[in-house]
Amino acid sequence: MTINEKQDAIIAEFEFLEDWLDKYQQIIDKGMSSAGVSAKEKTPQNLIEGCQSKVWIVAEMHEGKVVFRAESNTDIAGGIAAMLVDVLSGHTPEEIIQTELYFLEKIGLKEHLSPTRANGMLAMIKQLKLFALAFQTKQ
Amino acid sequence: MLDLQKIRADFPILSETVYGKPLVYFDNAATTQKPRCVVQKMEEGYYKRNANIHRGVHFLSQEATEAHEQARETIRAFIGAKSSNEIVFTRGTTEAINLVASSFGDLLQAGDEILLTAMEHHSNIVPWQLLRTRKGIEIKVIPFTNRGELLLDELAKSINPKTKLIACTHISNALGTINPINEIIKIAHAANIPVLVDGAQSVPHLKIDMQALDADFFVFSAHKIYGPTGIGVLYGKEKWLDKMPPYQGGGEMIAKVSFENTTFAALPFKFEAGTPDFIGSTAFAEALRYISAIGIENIAAHENKLLLYATEKLRKLENIRFIGEAEHKSGLISFLVGSIHPYDVGSILDKLGIAVRTGHHCAQPVMEVFSIEGTVRASFGLYNTTQEIDVFIDGVERVKKMFKQ
Ligand SMILES: Cc1ncc(COP(=O)(O)O)c(C=O)c1O
Repeated sequence: MTINEKQDAIIAEFEFLEDWLDKYQQIIDKGMSSAGVSAKEKTPQNLIEGCQSKVWIVAEMHEGKVVFRAESNTDIAGGIAAMLVDVLSGHTPEEIIQTELYFLEKIGLKEHLSPTRANGMLAMIKQLKLFALAFQTKQ
Repeated sequence: MLDLQKIRADFPILSETVYGKPLVYFDNAATTQKPRCVVQKMEEGYYKRNANIHRGVHFLSQEATEAHEQARETIRAFIGAKSSNEIVFTRGTTEAINLVASSFGDLLQAGDEILLTAMEHHSNIVPWQLLRTRKGIEIKVIPFTNRGELLLDELAKSINPKTKLIACTHISNALGTINPINEIIKIAHAANIPVLVDGAQSVPHLKIDMQALDADFFVFSAHKIYGPTGIGVLYGKEKWLDKMPPYQGGGEMIAKVSFENTTFAALPFKFEAGTPDFIGSTAFAEALRYISAIGIENIAAHENKLLLYATEKLRKLENIRFIGEAEHKSGLISFLVGSIHPYDVGSILDKLGIAVRTGHHCAQPVMEVFSIEGTVRASFGLYNTTQEIDVFIDGVERVKKMFKQ
């Protein structure tokens, strides 16, 4: 699947969830089932610190594709990170850098998050793209 | 028994909805909602007698001055202070503590000691640390048990000839503990040590009488007792306030100014530099009249009922960890739900229209004692109901299901 196909799949998943609690449930479940990072990888460099939640993101290169993993101390931030990581993982640095992440807005996440969570989400996106950029410059 | 229907009708915000759900406001320890009469008092102040006070010959200025000083008198009576000279207006609890740390702190010397407790709000920690940096004083900390009760033995043991002040919260905003403040003051006074009581959380919930309490300093904020934001009080015994140098310089606080020599105004004006919040003060007094009419004892009894009801119901849900289980507690519950992060709990409750606070509640040392990052805190006010607690309990159950705990 391309990045945009993955984004569209998430949008379709959320389309039928009318109640915001159901949407949250979906996000929480995604966080709980995602790969996570090891204790060793929870370094300050991998940490994105929000107001109350912490998110660790690690990135590796496999055969020209970036693979991300993420974990958070809160399940909601963890779920958001998991979605971002799923969408962007397995693609080349160029693809990742050029991607416009529209699914967050389409599923209404941007407007429904508290401002601190929304800021945290933007910080995650920035970090994911920075990882991709770093891999691109190394290539 | 409170007439809750009538009381709730006095607070327009309580009929608001959030995300289409009726608002359940359980964040009263952070700030309380305002009854209509308080807001009307502010409006009246601006529309009918807005003029700078204390220095005008004209009619409006005299009216405004009169109203402001009447407000001071209402506050004096509410806390049973001897004289309105002992009532200094500040921006709130925080500024009042900073004032004492600065001005009383000026009387201290390097090596002098201040005793704090491990359950203080940051606003009763950081001003003393600034003083420590400035003056080289020492800060000692009285610990509490895992139930959240102060170790009074430790207090007695920590007192020595260098101890110059004990600064202690009356009620912990993170644990809900009502500290045995009378006993603490007795212990301190037996050694001739003055006591500053942080009354931010106690004034809205307990009957306060300065003569019975005998605190040397007592500080609180209007916004936590159904009054406006941005104003609060430092009560100080005259014998201390007289000795202390002014806090800030400016207008209002002087008797005579020349470039060679300035003399300061009498109490309480010595500590009130600049134009005071003469609109807020009258609304503050209105809030106290509103509370007095209902009766603070009745409010305390009602909130205690809510506390017991909510604690009982929470206890029945499994996997709830209470942070703060003192025998004497105010209407405030700090807790954790299984291993769910407080921020997640708060976010889901928010979507259900329930306002609680999550995090460290400006008391990070308390969180350290329990090795946790924070808690979920539900704190009750006079207008809250058992039905609202039922909604809250349903919410917590829903959270548990969502996070599979
Ligand atoms: C115990 C305690 N002390 C001090 C404060 C600070 O009050 P304010 O922010 O109104 O100055 C608070 C309020 O959060 C409190 O709960």
